[in-house]
Amino acid sequence: MAKYLLLKHYRGAPEAVNPVPMDQWTPQEVQDHMQYMADFAARLESAGEWVDGQALSPEGTFVRYDGEGRPPVTDGPFAETKDLIAGWMVIDVDSYERALALAGELSAAPGAGGKPIHEWLEVRPFLTAPPTVTE
Amino acid sequence: MTGPAGADQVLDELLLRELTPAVIGVLVRRGADFATAEDAVQEALIQAARTWPDRPPADPKGWLVTVAWRKFLDARRAEVARRDREQRVEAEPPPGPAETADDTLRLFFLCAHPSLAPAAAVALTLRAVGGLTTRQIAQAYLVPEATMAQRISRAKRTVGDVRFEEPGDLATVLRVLYLVFNEGYTGDVDLAAEAIRLTRQLASMTDDEETAGLLALMLLHHARRPARTRPDGSLVPLAEQDRSRWNTSLIAEGVAILQTALGRDRLGEFQAQAAIAALHADAPRAEETDWVQIVGWYDELLRLTGSPVVQLNRAIAIGEADGPAAGLAALAAVDPGLPRYTAASAYLHEKAGDLRTAARLYADAARSAPNLAERHHLTRQAARLSQALRG
Repeated sequence: MAKYLLLKHYRGAPEAVNPVPMDQWTPQEVQDHMQYMADFAARLESAGEWVDGQALSPEGTFVRYDGEGRPPVTDGPFAETKDLIAGWMVIDVDSYERALALAGELSAAPGAGGKPIHEWLEVRPFLTAPPTVTE
Repeated sequence: MTGPAGADQVLDELLLRELTPAVIGVLVRRGADFATAEDAVQEALIQAARTWPDRPPADPKGWLVTVAWRKFLDARRAEVARRDREQRVEAEPPPGPAETADDTLRLFFLCAHPSLAPAAAVALTLRAVGGLTTRQIAQAYLVPEATMAQRISRAKRTVGDVRFEEPGDLATVLRVLYLVFNEGYTGDVDLAAEAIRLTRQLASMTDDEETAGLLALMLLHHARRPARTRPDGSLVPLAEQDRSRWNTSLIAEGVAILQTALGRDRLGEFQAQAAIAALHADAPRAEETDWVQIVGWYDELLRLTGSPVVQLNRAIAIGEADGPAAGLAALAAVDPGLPRYTAASAYLHEKAGDLRTAARLYADAARSAPNLAERHHLTRQAARLSQALRG
């Protein structure tokens, strides 16, 4: 098994095919989207492939060490920041192909008009602990 | 671990947990230090959970005291062996004063000691007074078990020098219980129900109006729980809840407790909050809510706390009592940086008929929502208004 991070971006990823923002959908479309996401997570859980999923607030602050005895510098959020992480899901699956297939399913979550959003998701493999047997 | 259990097992678990503080009290009175005693009782609880279903003891408390004391001696022996091989440990309990009913109350005080950060006080209270296992507490707060174990042992070190007999502050205990209740409904352990159980226990040991007020507040909010969420987990606002699903016996109990407390004329913030909850519970339909009285209670609450959150809620109540224009005027005096300010503003703008502004504000509020359920709810509100505006 290998772990993968599925990253959803607020912005920074290429535009989705069906990019209408959620507050412009009908209430039923919002409902259907939520249901799809909940079902997806439940399915992964029952398949033994679910690890974790969290949503992030769009608020965030950049902080930097500024030397001994000085308060940290907080700059931002930088207005020019292009990328903004909205949330993630961590899955533990048998193969890279399976990770891609699941990301594809997640990207097909319904949006405006009940049609798939075709949103771009980022799939990142976890670096693992070194194996016990090396030769 | 937490699979479906028979009625007997459920009873046993609750009985076990109810006995926890008393058994810790016995060990402390026999001369054990709190930290080691608490660990010993926790181990005894785990052993009880394993063996009681097959071999229920005739005297559960006596069983727990015996086993916990043995665990305590084992722990101390191991400790002494490490530190000083010369020192001998007495196997028999020294004759100490018998335990008193105040032990549980003292544990409440110790676990909510002002030197503890809120999260530490919550964890320690749930374990030492509530009798929950570290694993259960960790699951309830969605952190790894090792993290929660560290939080608890650090908390025990922090209160290590506090004398068990030291008089405590009821207000800090109430705050801890309020935090537990508000943590809500996730996980295997029902923290809201646990908070009610502990507050009930506290109320039975004290003669305090605010403890009664907090218990009433919890019961009144708990009564609405079946109507608060849809089957898919989404939030149902108070005005749209199916009131036939409210638990009337919890409401009756909460109202009775509150009335007795209010009758003693020593108002505090929990009593005032409970009074507001009781007025909502009183209304058979949302339209029949007595908003004028609710505003009156918010005035009291504001006087007692000076809290900006109360100011925000009061603005919404004024919007219901005197119309949206009055509500928006009251809102203008509130700090716009407050959580849920934008959502409140959206609500009042919609009531005032300014759907365009309301839709924009709901979308803004959704972006800054503090949790997913609220974000979804606010997004749906924005979607509803956008749809209406499109015609």
